[in-house]
Order: sequence, then structure tokens, then C-alpha cells
Amino acid sequence: MDFLRPAGWPEALAAKARHPAAVPLAGGTDVMVEINFDHRRPEHLLDLGRVAELHTWETDGDHVRLGAAVPYAHVIDRLAAPLPGLALAARTVGSPQIRNRGSVGGNLGAASPAGDSHPALLAAGADVEAASVRGTRLIPVEEFYTGVKRNALAPDELIRAVRIRRATGPQQFAKVGTRNAMVIAVCSFALALHPHDRTVRTGVGSAAPTPVRARTAEDFLTAALAQDGLWETARPLPPSVVREFGQLAAGACRPIDDVRGTAAYRRHAVAVLARRTLGWAWDAYRAGEGREALCA
Amino acid sequence: MRVNLTVNGRALHADDVWEGESLLYLLRERLGLPGSKNACEQGECGSCTVRLDGVPVCACLVAAGQAEGRDVVTVEGLAGRAGLPEGALTPVQQAFADAGAVQCGFCTPGLIVAADDLLRRDPDPSDADIREALAGNLCRCTGYEKILDAVRLAAARTGPGEDRP
Repeated sequence: MDFLRPAGWPEALAAKARHPAAVPLAGGTDVMVEINFDHRRPEHLLDLGRVAELHTWETDGDHVRLGAAVPYAHVIDRLAAPLPGLALAARTVGSPQIRNRGSVGGNLGAASPAGDSHPALLAAGADVEAASVRGTRLIPVEEFYTGVKRNALAPDELIRAVRIRRATGPQQFAKVGTRNAMVIAVCSFALALHPHDRTVRTGVGSAAPTPVRARTAEDFLTAALAQDGLWETARPLPPSVVREFGQLAAGACRPIDDVRGTAAYRRHAVAVLARRTLGWAWDAYRAGEGREALCA
Repeated sequence: MRVNLTVNGRALHADDVWEGESLLYLLRERLGLPGSKNACEQGECGSCTVRLDGVPVCACLVAAGQAEGRDVVTVEGLAGRAGLPEGALTPVQQAFADAGAVQCGFCTPGLIVAADDLLRRDPDPSDADIREALAGNLCRCTGYEKILDAVRLAAARTGPGEDRP
């Protein structure tokens, strides 16, 4: 095994081009587990710990450009205002020790359907900035997940950053697990209200081969809010709308039975999480959060 | 490969380090610092918690090569880093002993490092803060109540005392 230690981003891209099978290593919270348990013996480990720009973020107009290796702890402490859904999801990752090392870039690289960032990214709206010596491209996050633990990166590409739409309204995230900490999702759900364009977006985790948006549920709710003028009046949501939203969210799932839960339980739980997150988010909107973003 | 790093204030190096090796293995097997414990090797138990450039991490999930040039503090170095003489205990260590927070002792070093970090950031934590800060450290003797007592005791002895809100 070779340990590649690029000092900067151009060197990292050059190393990945030379060794396309090299495994990128940042926080190590996934990769080191696989190495410790002999599940993986890559010929090259590509340590990104020294690439300073991966550990920084900047605000770029309507987006936050989040460096791939920014630890969850910083997302929680410093980015909860522009990225409230992602910060809530980050709060549920592992333990303090894991949140000090793990990153959204690592979650995307691993592309586990149970990764906690994914539903929040899907709901907020995000593009993955994939780079190689050939150049940089932006991949919409919903096109990034291609299968169980598979993503759209080419072999010579590395994730430089994620460009995430800044919140203009309330966002929520909820996750089902056996305890409050150190738990992999049985299923999870994220919801973002986008009052600036009067839309709603969602993300479902751990209930299909990849993280997915519940698009039928989004379209239904977006239409229901418009039809009843609810963005303007901020009146309580009709219970029938909330119920239907939950059912449609469950319909977006393609879950399996596994050690963490049955497919039927996951469908049921996603409907519950969808109703709850909608209730919390709408309460926040009614209390004024994001109302100023509503343009005539 | 060779790895150079600072551990508990001393510049050290190790040779013939395997590229896939963890910082935990380096500390325990090559540098003679067995205080950080090796249990789950997957970041679940917190027994191997050390400070890496001041930040608590699971040493089992840091590749040894990633520690090149970095500053590591293990449970063995906490008292020295606090300016205490050789053999002295930190307030957190003393509180664990006094509160009976040690049963088999295997989880203790990781809990000490995690609790020490909490009290540096927040000298007067609530019970919820303590639970949250220690959520990544498992005690299979299940001695959690005494562990919480110990952290409260350490906070009471070192914190702002009467002025606390």
C-alpha cells in the first residue's frame, strides 16, 4: 500500500489521475473502518488532510460552497443559519468524535443510502462540485447517487465542494434509530420550504437503494399551498393535506427488509416523519421564519 | 514509512509504519502508550479518544500517516499538559477516582479525554450537555450514573462555583 500525501489541490488531482483506484481519505470515519476490518486493501490511500481549501467554505451569492472535508462539527456550529437542514442532520451523525472528523464530502463519496447528509442536501437543493485534471463539473445532487454506495464520480475525479442553496425558509430533518446518538438511520426525512419561489423540496434516506426526493409529495404540497393561498395567509395546514403528504412521501420509498427494520416499517415511519417535519416547518413559517422571502 | 509527530509535548517518530495503520496502533504498539484503548476499531466505543491538534477524535479512525507533523495528546499526557507534576491527576481523573466512576476501567481513558474536553469548552455543563459530550463513549459495565457524577464533581471543583447561573 502507498500513502499519497498531496500538499495541495492540484497535486491531489494529479495523484488521482495517476492512480484512479486510489481511495480518498479525509476524516477516515468510513474508510478506516473498512481497512481496520480488512474489508478493503487499496493499493493507494490518498490523504486529503493537508489540502487546506477542502476544509473551508465560502458564501457565493445564493449558495454556500462547502469544502468537501469541512467536519460536521463546523456545519453545526457555524453554518446553521444558511444551512439549517444540513446542520440538523449533522447533529445526528455519530458522536462528537465522529462529527469532529466526518464530512459531507465523505458522506457523498461513500454514497450510502443511509448517509445523514443526503436527505438534507436533496431538500435544500445542491450541486456536487466534481473535479479532475480535465476540469470541474457540477452534478445536481439528485443525479449524484447512482446505486447502493455508488455515485456519479468518474475514476479520476475528486469532490472539491458541495454548493448548497442557502435557506430562505424553515428546514427540518428527522431520523429513526434505536437511540439518540451513534445510530445509523433506519430511515430519515428532510423537508425544506422555499418561500422565495413557493416550492417545497424533500429528501428520503435509507428507504430506497439511493437517497431520493419524494417528488410526488413535493408537487402535491407545492400545489396545495398555492391553491389555498397558504404562503400568503400562513394559516394552519388542513389535516387532509398533511396526511396526503405523508402517504405520498411513503410512496417514494423502495425499502428492503434488513436487520435495522422491515420495508413495511420504513414506509410507515417515512410517512410519520414527513408529517412531523412538515408540521414543525410550517409552525416555524407561521411564526415568521422565511415570510420576508416571499415576493409578490 | 516514517511518521513524525508530537505526542504529549514530545517530538517522536516511528519507522516501518504500515500505510493502512491507525494512529491508535502507532500510539499503543510503536510508541509505548497503551492508555488509549483498542476495542471496536470502528469509532463506536470512544475508548481510543485522543486530542488531535486539540480536537477529540477516535484514534482508530485516523490513519497513522495523517498524524504526520500533528500534535497528539493522549490520556497519559493530560496532567502534563495541564502543568501538573509527574504522577499527579487532573481534576477530571481525580473526580473519576473519587466518584467511583471506574469499574473494569477499560472505557475510562476515553471518557477522561472526552470529559476533559467538555470542561475546557464549558466549565459548567448541564446534565444534557454531559450526556451529549459523552454519547460516543461506551461503558460496558454500564456505570454511567457514576460517570455523570464524576463529571459533575470535576465541574463543581474547577468551575466558576457560586457565581454559576
